[in-house]
Amino acid sequence: MTRSSVSRRQFLGASGAALVTGLAGCSAGEGGTSTDTASSTDTLKIGVLEDQSGNFALVGDPKAKASMLAIEEINANGGIDGKQIETFQRDPQSDNQRYQELTRTAINEENVDALWAGYSSATREAIRPIIDRNEQLYFYTTQYEGGVCDEFTFAVGPTARQQLGIVLPYLVEEFGPDIYTIAADYNFGQLSADWVKVLANENDANVLGEEFIPLSESSFGSTINRIQEADPDFVMSMLVGANHTSFYEQKASAGLDIPIGTSTAMAQGYEHRRLDAPAMANIYAGVNYMEEVPTESNTGDGGFVDRYFEMYPDAPYLNEEAETNYFSTYMYKKAVEQAGTTEQPEVIDALESGIELGTEEAPEAPEGETIKLDGATHHVDHHMWIMRADEEHNVEAVENHQIPETFLSETAGCNLPENPEQTQYTPVDYYEEAE
Amino acid sequence: MVNGINLALQFLDSFAFIVLAAAGLAIIFGIMGVINLAHGEFILIGAYTATLAVTQLGLPLVVAMLVGGLVTGLFGILTERVIISGAWPNYISQRTLGRDVIEPLYNRLADSMVATFGLSLILTQGARIRFGNSIDQIATPFGAISYGEFSYSTYRIVLAGVSIGLLVATYYLFTRTEFGMRARATIQDKETAQAMGVNTDRMYMLTFGIGSALAGLTGALFAPVISMQPTLGDQFLVEAFVAVVVGGPSVVLGTALSGGVLGAILATFSNLYGTFIGRIALLVAALIALRFLPDGITGFIEQLRKRRQESE
Repeated sequence: MTRSSVSRRQFLGASGAALVTGLAGCSAGEGGTSTDTASSTDTLKIGVLEDQSGNFALVGDPKAKASMLAIEEINANGGIDGKQIETFQRDPQSDNQRYQELTRTAINEENVDALWAGYSSATREAIRPIIDRNEQLYFYTTQYEGGVCDEFTFAVGPTARQQLGIVLPYLVEEFGPDIYTIAADYNFGQLSADWVKVLANENDANVLGEEFIPLSESSFGSTINRIQEADPDFVMSMLVGANHTSFYEQKASAGLDIPIGTSTAMAQGYEHRRLDAPAMANIYAGVNYMEEVPTESNTGDGGFVDRYFEMYPDAPYLNEEAETNYFSTYMYKKAVEQAGTTEQPEVIDALESGIELGTEEAPEAPEGETIKLDGATHHVDHHMWIMRADEEHNVEAVENHQIPETFLSETAGCNLPENPEQTQYTPVDYYEEAE
Repeated sequence: MVNGINLALQFLDSFAFIVLAAAGLAIIFGIMGVINLAHGEFILIGAYTATLAVTQLGLPLVVAMLVGGLVTGLFGILTERVIISGAWPNYISQRTLGRDVIEPLYNRLADSMVATFGLSLILTQGARIRFGNSIDQIATPFGAISYGEFSYSTYRIVLAGVSIGLLVATYYLFTRTEFGMRARATIQDKETAQAMGVNTDRMYMLTFGIGSALAGLTGALFAPVISMQPTLGDQFLVEAFVAVVVGGPSVVLGTALSGGVLGAILATFSNLYGTFIGRIALLVAALIALRFLPDGITGFIEQLRKRRQESE
């Protein structure tokens, strides 16, 4: 038993070694398709940093896959303006520090012409200063809380005002005005909950209570009791990540039978496929895209779904963010061809001229009809859907129409071509009820 | 605001979670002096095995859960033979090199941490490579009980019963059986136990196997209520380590007491102020416990008993 006492120094040394081993193990698992040839005039380089392991792997992996699908399609059809696309693809493992390192590598060493990176808002905020400092053209493709007005960032996913804006009024009309909010406890969840208050006020509804839940939490007993105590007409849920998925199973087994509106469930982590029915019964998702969205360009013969699963037969689901990665790559293609160069300031100018998809010369986005990039705010006027899951987890479209992003343009007055800035506006600045 | 039944059920829930999360860890640490940082991944093995046994093989849930515990137990024995004691690699190296290549990790806290941390990385990533980022999940059985405006999952009450049953069984095994006597003799004084004819090597192997099986059973039991993904073990780790540290040296009693105390704190605070505050309260309680009871609750009880004996 001589070894049973461990000195403080030995312990620190050993834990340090453990940490180093961990990091070494991580970097070895990296499977990129980087092509490190020097940049020449007949190629351009796109950086794709999406989570293929770690807490956001489930939702991040389809993003990487969809980017590669778009790139492969474009290359097969002659590239962008005759230039073949090279990729710098790495897995940042849902770790914001690795995101920062890889973003620096992508910009300073790989000289990428455009960068797609990051699932969570926390990640976006971790790398945005690096992007702005280097004046790097950047596409952020996750649905998010909204409000980013940044001259180098194109936040092309739908925002809370678009997602909650389609589903919340519908639920108020169907079920009544009393709302209970549960949301992930970081900037996305906090700001989304503020948006629920703003939208509730606009639709004569009341928020009876709200709870913010740490990302690591997976026990929801007390949350379920609190919802039952408040007795709302419906719940708005902005829970995020693998651990929070447990909520849906637990509320079903606790017999909490209440409609739930959400901007995060089903469309991203395909809970309706992974969980046994009826955990997701009566969930209404406000989304721009789900695999089940019934448009010709999506589920039709040779449509987006067919092409994706032909390239990735073993992929489990085609999620909301994958579609955003996919169509934004085509938006970038159109902008480069319009600018006639890959020089980033000129491409940004072209993007700001208002790129549209679904017109004669550009393919339709799988979410449907024409979608337009708003040059003033760098956001997209999305085609939005309410998708509902029933007792057997069949998903049907309840309602759909186009919703422009109005918070930045009308409320905050963001106009990037005229007034370049790097701000994230929050609803608290403009609405009393969000405070 | 506070509903008595809600609070009682929350307490049972937290108690079951803490006790089940900590049981396997406490045995391996308390008896062998090995800090098993792969504990969460042992829970993962149990959870995945049980879920796949139901969805792929169509086994009944209860049988699948026992299979989950069994498979994890066997994996634990394999781990002990190869990494912790090095018995099998040493057997081979003795015959090829004429010497041992691995020195056993018993009572080498820091070294065992490094080895098992590596193992945990391999297991998490291995699960991701083999099964992808998630597997289909089985539904929670038994439905719900209702009381007034509230309802509660019956299964979670069953879990509390199972956790108490496991504690009793473990206590019985280590205090009332010959195996338990030999195991405790091995911990107290390995050389003397050997001299008395105890095969200490085998004791270590079986104890590690039992601790692993308990971890696997925990995973299997929670499989219907948590999200099935390769990092699911992480959510048990904090509670497990806090419970073991607060519990102190006596394995079974310590786990039960810390499950009771921490469960009460977690339930009360999350019931009154929400999940987030509940978490904070748990960690603050652990800090206070470490400051004032450095040997944990059972260490403190032992001290009191000694003091009383001396004063008599």
